Amino acid sequence: MVAWIDFVAVLLVLANLWLLGTSRLAVCIKAVAVQAVLLAVIGVLMNAGALGVRIVLVLAISTLVKAWLLPWLLRRAAREASVQREVEPLVGFTWSMMIGAALLGVCFVIARPLHLPRQVQAGILIPVAMFTIVTGLFMIVSRKNAITQVLGYLSMENGIYAFGAAFALREPLLVEMGVLLDVFVGVFVMGIAIYHISREFDHIDTDRLSVLRD
Amino acid sequence: MLVWTLILVPTLAGLAALFIRHNGLRRALLVATAAIHLVLTATCWSRPGALVVNDWLAIDEASLLFLTTTSVLFLAAAIYGAGFLRREAGHQAVDFEEGFLFDNLREATFTGCMLLFLATMTLVTASAHLGLVWVAMEATTLVSAPLITFHRHHRSLEATWKYLLICSVGIGLALMGNFCLAVAASFGSSGPVHLTIKALTAHAAELDPVWLKTAFIMALVGYGTKMGLAPLHTWLPDAHSEAPSMISALLSGALLNCAFLAILRMMAVLAAAGMGPFAADLMVLFGLLSMGVAAVFLIAQVDFKRLLAYSSVEHMGILSLGIGLGGMAGFGAMLHALNHSLTKAMLFLAAGNVLAVYKTKQIDKVCGMVKTVPVTAGLWLAGLLAITGSPPFGLFVSELAILRGALYSGHPVVATLYLIFLSTVFVALARTALRMTYGPAPQMTVQPVAHEPGWSVWPPALLGVATLALGLYVPDGLQDVLRQAARALGAP
Repeated sequence: MVAWIDFVAVLLVLANLWLLGTSRLAVCIKAVAVQAVLLAVIGVLMNAGALGVRIVLVLAISTLVKAWLLPWLLRRAAREASVQREVEPLVGFTWSMMIGAALLGVCFVIARPLHLPRQVQAGILIPVAMFTIVTGLFMIVSRKNAITQVLGYLSMENGIYAFGAAFALREPLLVEMGVLLDVFVGVFVMGIAIYHISREFDHIDTDRLSVLRD
Repeated sequence: MLVWTLILVPTLAGLAALFIRHNGLRRALLVATAAIHLVLTATCWSRPGALVVNDWLAIDEASLLFLTTTSVLFLAAAIYGAGFLRREAGHQAVDFEEGFLFDNLREATFTGCMLLFLATMTLVTASAHLGLVWVAMEATTLVSAPLITFHRHHRSLEATWKYLLICSVGIGLALMGNFCLAVAASFGSSGPVHLTIKALTAHAAELDPVWLKTAFIMALVGYGTKMGLAPLHTWLPDAHSEAPSMISALLSGALLNCAFLAILRMMAVLAAAGMGPFAADLMVLFGLLSMGVAAVFLIAQVDFKRLLAYSSVEHMGILSLGIGLGGMAGFGAMLHALNHSLTKAMLFLAAGNVLAVYKTKQIDKVCGMVKTVPVTAGLWLAGLLAITGSPPFGLFVSELAILRGALYSGHPVVATLYLIFLSTVFVALARTALRMTYGPAPQMTVQPVAHEPGWSVWPPALLGVATLALGLYVPDGLQDVLRQAARALGAP
């Protein structure tokens, strides 16, 4: 089973690099949706022995929200703001990929000495989850477009979720659904803010939101 | 039952407010809900036995303290808000700084979000499960974001965007902290420990120390962003300066405290696991850093709402420092949280009055307030004296307690830095206060206001009286709660 999880983890790495290396918003949104689908596969593999109704339900709902509903919302926001691509990121796309590769290495180095509970059999999923989080953070600081930043936030959330999956952490149902609801409403509210920003400013470049300062 | 009512009343009222068409009815609902919430909170003080619902929801001493602060502030903000909304209703507003016209957010949405904001903050204080604390904390960000952009123009949108993104990412790190805590809790011989505070403190010895430390750092950075600890405070001055004044009062006096409480919950777990000193040192470090950064930005501040915002960063630093030092300083920090909230809310409401009359946030364009708005001028001066820790106000007592705590626990360097930062802030704020209230006669453009409406002066005045009373006498019942809160949270 670990071999299969490792395989999916490698796909997750590829999705992250894809996310870092492209300028087209539609492709970025797709990459984040792919992340969410891969997370669902990981969820199934990790629980392959005891796939109860509750786990399947939680996985189904979160995949539906993260791989379909949120991408749909973001595509709509991009259309409303008539933005197709991230034009001039603070860090170029080639450099982003190279920095991404370096970060991946760093995550493996950090994850190696981690002290793990005996029952955890996660293969390379732990460093890959960390890499997904770092990818998201890197997107948020290196991109100017508001929608790409939201995608960074989502990638970070996906990474945190993968981290939880790697340790087979069982949060109570209420908390798990609460977290999902917060992420959903969060992206929804950000989408509304993006809509108003694009109407007010005729652009959604967050580095040009710089009136307020000391 | 009582705890459920506390959460459900504002939730239902908030949802109802979204659909009520009649303006007067909706404003009455806002004030009535705030009053009911305060009455319910007051009953909590007399019925400590009825406050534990289960392992998930419970009101302990620390909850009670922060819940009461939130409730009192919300009532003040609701009364002020009802008047404010009546003044703003029905016409396009003109921007004070740049003179363009803009629309306001729909009043129903605004009122609804305000009530839901109360509900989520109540949930933060009443949660005894760290996962639930996280869910509630993130929910406060989401329902308060629309409140900041009530005046819908480019500056408030910028502030909202920064608030949403920075706080969501911050809180995301706190979620990572929760997961690390869950990993730390899965090493036990008797299976994983649930993330309720009760279970975690009871099985603290089984937690893995390295993962626990990682969890604390993540939570401190995450919730610290929301609390406004430097260097993660960057969203705070923008959001506080652009939000309507009663919302600034709630953000500063209630929301920051909620984030502080979330950090304290985590600290309690570390203390139970015997790692109190590790957490305490980090709190002292962040505390001093916040005070220092705030002092620097306060000296050259030209905008009076940003001035108050940076003062909040400073006071969050003081809270963090006090809790980190522990003992008497821990008690002082709890008292300080209460005092700061009351005073800062009073100041923000008074700032709202100044803004309405002078139509500017620039400190150097406001002068001679004594002649134009005498009551607000008195409140503003008293508030600024109080916030700098001058006697006889409550903050003097709590700041002194923290200083004594620092000296008795053998931290002379910390105590010295603390005093240097406090006096710098005092000079910066006192200069501003005197300029604005007295100063040369007002310009011709600002006519003296014949009558300042009751809704705009009574709420801040009563908050001021409360701060003054706490400076003169802290009731025994309150002292017990403060002491137990500081102890339960594991202040070493």
